[in-house]
Amino acid sequence: MNRPFYRLANVKQIYNGRAVLDVENLAVERGEILAIVGPSGAGKSTLLRLLNFLETPTEGEIVFDGTPIPRDPPLDLIRRATTVFQRPMLLNRSVRDNVSFGLSLRNIAPDGRVADVLNRVGLAGMETAAARELSGGEMQRVALARALVIRPDALLLDEPTANLDPYNVGLIESIVREQNESQGTTIVMVTHNVFQARRLAHRVGLLLNGNLIELSPTAEFFDSPRDPRAAVFARGEMAY
Amino acid sequence: MKRTILVFLALALLFSTFAIGSVAAQDGGTTYTVQAGDSLYRIAAKFNTTVSAIQSANGLTGSAIRIGQVLKIPASAPATPTVPNTPADPSTLILATTTSTADSGLLAAILPYFEARENIKIKVIAVGTGQALAIGAKGDADVVLVHARSQEDKFVADGNGIDRRDVMYNDFVIVGPLNDPAGIGGLSSAKDAFAKIAAAGSPFASRGDNSGTNTKETSLWTAAGLKPKSGANGYVALGQGMGETLLYSNETGSYTLADRGTWLALSAKLPNLTLLVGGASVKKNPDPALFNPYGVIAVNPVKFPKVNYPKAKLFIEWITSLSIQRRIYEFGRSLYGESLFYPVAKTP
Amino acid sequence: MFGDLLPIILLSLYVSGAALIIAAIIGVPLGAGMALKPLPGQRLVDLIIYTGMGLPPVVVGLAVYLLLSRSGPIGFLNWLFTPSAMITAQVIIALPLVIGLTSSAVQAVDPALRLQVRALGATPAQVMRTVLWEAKAGVTAAIVAAFGGIISEVGAVMLVGGNIEGSTRVLTTAIVLETRQGNFGLALALGVVLLTFAFASNFVLLRLPGRRS
Ligand SMILES: Nc1ncnc2c1ncn2[C@@H]1O[C@H](COP(=O)(O)OP(=O)(O)OP(=O)(O)O)[C@@H](O)[C@H]1O
Ligand SMILES: [Mg+2]
Repeated sequence: MNRPFYRLANVKQIYNGRAVLDVENLAVERGEILAIVGPSGAGKSTLLRLLNFLETPTEGEIVFDGTPIPRDPPLDLIRRATTVFQRPMLLNRSVRDNVSFGLSLRNIAPDGRVADVLNRVGLAGMETAAARELSGGEMQRVALARALVIRPDALLLDEPTANLDPYNVGLIESIVREQNESQGTTIVMVTHNVFQARRLAHRVGLLLNGNLIELSPTAEFFDSPRDPRAAVFARGEMAY
Repeated sequence: MKRTILVFLALALLFSTFAIGSVAAQDGGTTYTVQAGDSLYRIAAKFNTTVSAIQSANGLTGSAIRIGQVLKIPASAPATPTVPNTPADPSTLILATTTSTADSGLLAAILPYFEARENIKIKVIAVGTGQALAIGAKGDADVVLVHARSQEDKFVADGNGIDRRDVMYNDFVIVGPLNDPAGIGGLSSAKDAFAKIAAAGSPFASRGDNSGTNTKETSLWTAAGLKPKSGANGYVALGQGMGETLLYSNETGSYTLADRGTWLALSAKLPNLTLLVGGASVKKNPDPALFNPYGVIAVNPVKFPKVNYPKAKLFIEWITSLSIQRRIYEFGRSLYGESLFYPVAKTP
Repeated sequence: MFGDLLPIILLSLYVSGAALIIAAIIGVPLGAGMALKPLPGQRLVDLIIYTGMGLPPVVVGLAVYLLLSRSGPIGFLNWLFTPSAMITAQVIIALPLVIGLTSSAVQAVDPALRLQVRALGATPAQVMRTVLWEAKAGVTAAIVAAFGGIISEVGAVMLVGGNIEGSTRVLTTAIVLETRQGNFGLALALGVVLLTFAFASNFVLLRLPGRRS
């Protein structure tokens, strides 16, 4: 059980001849919350797309739960991970239809799962509301519920609380923490908010120009980073 | 004397019905003794040949013949070939014809009899003669019923059709605005009327669609020594059917050439037009050039093996049979007081 | 009078309805597929489709005539002067409209939403279905536009159908015929029926969910 959940070795993602991501080595441990920070354009979202198998890397290898990912990953593998993006990206349907969407893709009967998860995100009884008519925070919680309801092994979060009010930020952080603690879900979270990384993550990685220049336990990352650029970033002084 | 003539006429009718006449077989042809009521045209039809063929065989220049005159009849068209013929659809017969036969209601009045007798569905494609023959020339129709002799002969000569028979005739009339600005009313010659219309620069609407009527119109202009061009001197080529052309003329005060059947059927809806040249009925038409014969032709099964030639052949026999010829004669008489089409294949 | 009109109305609906269903079954997935996964020569394909959207129906009629003619390459089908020929022509007229308008409707769906749908575990077919459903107002507009185009089309059905009474006569060709015969009243009545269909299909379009008034 000591093998990492994700292992990336010499992974390069090249767009138009430019390597936007170049990770020599990254191991994501089973059941951890890993925060990825870094300036805009550093390649954070690209990394998450690779971890959700939405793209295959130009070079290198990704091993997921002991299985090397082929160029054309099988569906059941893809379905073990999911992503919540910065914008909630809800379908133009009811809250219930949005939350049960992933289940219907998998031909799983929703039964009580939709009501349960809505309860967890503080939207109990909202099943029939039109999803796109909710407030921004409510919409993002629907998006989170839609991801949680499929019980993913890996939950990928791409700046899920950017642009949200402190109340919703706090709510979402506690849901994420609770998911990790009670279900053991492995979580990789991209954030611009160093304080959020400090509050939630077990480990923090810094991406700069596609390179993972620092990856340490949270306390170490903020108190005694090895790379001087990480220190600048941790103090919130890096301009981005 | 009167009695004798009547009896004679009745006998002639009877005889011609059974196609007896005084026929004597000769090498490669026949001779025929002219009966009362005969015309070169009818004789040609009876022997499945053409007026010009009889004229040349007998050294005739005009169409005048005498009762009792003995005519040499050239050998008719060769007997129909026997070919391996596999109709694409034996249960339907596609008839490509002109708008006048369909729009006048004639086909609706007679075709059901054939459909019932042969247990077949006839599909009528009503277009201009030119298009009807073009459809036949691609093998997309089984039989054509059209009215443009020169085009029909070319159709047969090109190997697209066989078994051509005359079916019926009516005539063309020249209609125009009530005030008749070119002053053609009462003229007895169509080409003179055309010449006057052109001289006056009065508007003239041509169908311009290569139909039988259009073909006739062109030949009349040629006879008048003219070659009108659309857009010049009041002449327009519409590229439309007879009905549209009459409606156009009614709206614009134009002269036009129309087949009498369509004119009669539509005249109630054409208050601004009147018949100017052609007489009150087909029989009273003073100009033989306005004669409008209809022919039926089977599409050649040798060239187009998929045509329904067996039924096309039956259709030709049927439409030229006595009982159907009589129905053609009767058609329209109660409504218009005169026949719209006069049968020629057999005297009713 | 209505007794005579009914078969004509029903045939119009049958021919254009069948053509529309076929065009939609082929065109909607094709249009969506092109929007989701552009082909190597997609710009050329787009050019062809946009040209096809403006194709004069009578040219389609001519081409279909030559194809289905007994002396044509697929004359053995024996379809000329039958409703099948008219459906064929109308499918060809409707297809570029359905493909082109479906494609733009699908392209208008946020690409980030597509990525989200894939991230939730959708197969390519499920992505297409979901995106089409998101774009349903635009897709329905494509189908309604195609229906309006073919039910009111006269040139192609006249050529390949032949306007045969009781067999290939539809509303538009009947209007031509009645006008030719000076029966303006009847022609107008047929025109009103045609307008009613156009009105009804647009009514459906405007009442669609996802369209705000
Ligand atoms: N599909 C693509 N094609 C070409 N270039 C791309 C593509 N996707 C991303 N890029 C480029 O790759 C680089 C990294 O992009 P990415 O979205 O991963 O950055 P990010 O770290 O998430 O930035 P942000 O914080 O602004 O979201 C950027 O320069 C971007 O322009
Ligand atoms: Mg990003």
